[in-house]
Amino acid sequence: MTTTAPAPDTAPASPERHHKTARTNRSARSRRGISGWTVLILLAVAAALMIFPFWLALINAFKPSTEYIADGPIGIPTELDFTAIIDFWIGVNFNQKLLNSVILSGSVALIAASLSLLSAFAIGIGRLKGRVWILAVFMLAFTIPQEALVYPLFVLSRELNLYDNLLGVTIILAVLQSAFGTYMLASVLGSFPMEVLEAARLDGASRFQILRIIVLPLTRPTLAVLVTFFFIWTWNDFFLPLVLLPSASNQTVSVSLGALSGQYTSDPTALAAASMAGILPALIFFLLFQRTLMRGVNIGAIK
Amino acid sequence: MTAVTPAPPAPASRNTPRRTGTPRRTARETPLGYWIYLLPGAIGFIGIVAIPFGMNLYYSLTSWRGVGTPKFVGLDNYARLVADPAFWASFLHSTAFILAMAVIPTALGVFLAAVLFDYIAPKFGARAASILRAMFYLPQILPIVVAGVLWKWLYQPQYGIINTVLDGMGLGWLQQNWLGDSDTAMLAVMNVLIWLQIGYTVVVFMAGLSRVDPALYEAAEIDGAGWFQRFWSITVPQLRPEIAVVLITTSVAALKVFAPIYVLTRGGPGTSTIVPAYFSYSNFFTTTQVGYGAAVASLLALLVTIIAIVLLRYQTRNAEGFEK
Repeated sequence: MTTTAPAPDTAPASPERHHKTARTNRSARSRRGISGWTVLILLAVAAALMIFPFWLALINAFKPSTEYIADGPIGIPTELDFTAIIDFWIGVNFNQKLLNSVILSGSVALIAASLSLLSAFAIGIGRLKGRVWILAVFMLAFTIPQEALVYPLFVLSRELNLYDNLLGVTIILAVLQSAFGTYMLASVLGSFPMEVLEAARLDGASRFQILRIIVLPLTRPTLAVLVTFFFIWTWNDFFLPLVLLPSASNQTVSVSLGALSGQYTSDPTALAAASMAGILPALIFFLLFQRTLMRGVNIGAIK
Repeated sequence: MTAVTPAPPAPASRNTPRRTGTPRRTARETPLGYWIYLLPGAIGFIGIVAIPFGMNLYYSLTSWRGVGTPKFVGLDNYARLVADPAFWASFLHSTAFILAMAVIPTALGVFLAAVLFDYIAPKFGARAASILRAMFYLPQILPIVVAGVLWKWLYQPQYGIINTVLDGMGLGWLQQNWLGDSDTAMLAVMNVLIWLQIGYTVVVFMAGLSRVDPALYEAAEIDGAGWFQRFWSITVPQLRPEIAVVLITTSVAALKVFAPIYVLTRGGPGTSTIVPAYFSYSNFFTTTQVGYGAAVASLLALLVTIIAIVLLRYQTRNAEGFEK
């Protein structure tokens, strides 16, 4: 439970390890039998049901609407038709939304991680007085419902000319997410090997040098998890971008999809195409960051 | 715990010289220097969280339409809330969402994780278990809004998949306007949330199980314990910390639900799927009763804070090595 940095035994690797002992020590249980196959098939059916909506979005996004009307949503399209997805892409200027989301998520992730590192350095390495209380306050900043902040933020950002401006949302989300990052990193740094710090201090290293030369490289794995999480959280975030980025040219992917959920109701393949456009980037992130994500899910749960 | 016993010789010899042997460091390096590193975070916190939250509390004591000067009305908004059926409906629905996001996914997740870990993996290999786990996890990768758009399409009354399939199976009488009918809207939304959440719990609980000593299972098996006995007396007790943390964090998330409601139903039909977050949002930006919306948001914040404190206490108690 002390969790120094992401545990080296990541989730994907663990069943294998377990299985190795299972194969040698528990050969009696390795017989499959009818009941074994029944359980496997039941689970496979349940898992197939879980991903069935993805499959439906995929086949219907590329199905001609005439075919949808004739054969319904289940039939596999006999020809690939990109009309729906192209119409959607151009109709909502999806390139622009993707760009907005990338800029917003990327800068929030980097700024939030830097903020987290600075605060956590003060709390975890600096051992500030009352650090438990400071952390508690940061933790509350993370859990507080955004609804209780949104109207004042709306008022303040209009006064500061940051309303309908990606910069405003970037600052707000970076601060809110760094609260979680601080909480997590501070406990990692709290159990940082003191001998290393002592040695550096005796060599005359300043606090900033200690941060840059010793702490930063050694916490890089945890920072990678944080950056990934912040990026994906921001990408998926809906509430604050919805309120603070009203104009179409500033909207993110999530906000633009949420806004159109009321439209397109008469065209069955258009919503499938919209879903597909939203699924694709998420799927790409997942494939890119799979290991980091799984590691992060587990750290997040135990922390 | 560690500080209670009076200095056991071996560890002390490793620790004490470090503390007493470097007086120069403590003299030169005042801890004040570290406060500078807290400054950016603190300024951010004050500007983005503390001041806005204070403003929200103030708004909640006023009658204000978003323009002009707020008029101080004391606790009128709170008094009005208590008499508002929509307010009670919204918090009642929160309990349904705790069921859909916390309780049911946790129960299913523990069971699925145990089956995958302790049944499928030994019999069919870790690869089979990994693939199944990934399939259960897949909905988790979606932005909630995308999940909402996807399901809105599945639930469509005229051409939606669910009604089309029911019709095709000769069960046309089961067709519903799933999101448009107040009898089914809540269940339809809950279904989406369960679908979204299961992957998270399965992954967390499987990771938890990988820490359990395999010898426990082997000993139980030698004693003749069946799968369900092992499940109840080993798996569930061993996963208790994970279960507690997952239940609390997902309950907090359930109280804050907004995006699925915005995308799927906008609280309707009527108030049949309204939640506190959407209720305050619509007061802020649809009916512009800012003071009233702020009161809802403040109460929600209070509730979430209480749960968060419980979580924090639980976690600091468990995180040894940090407290010292």
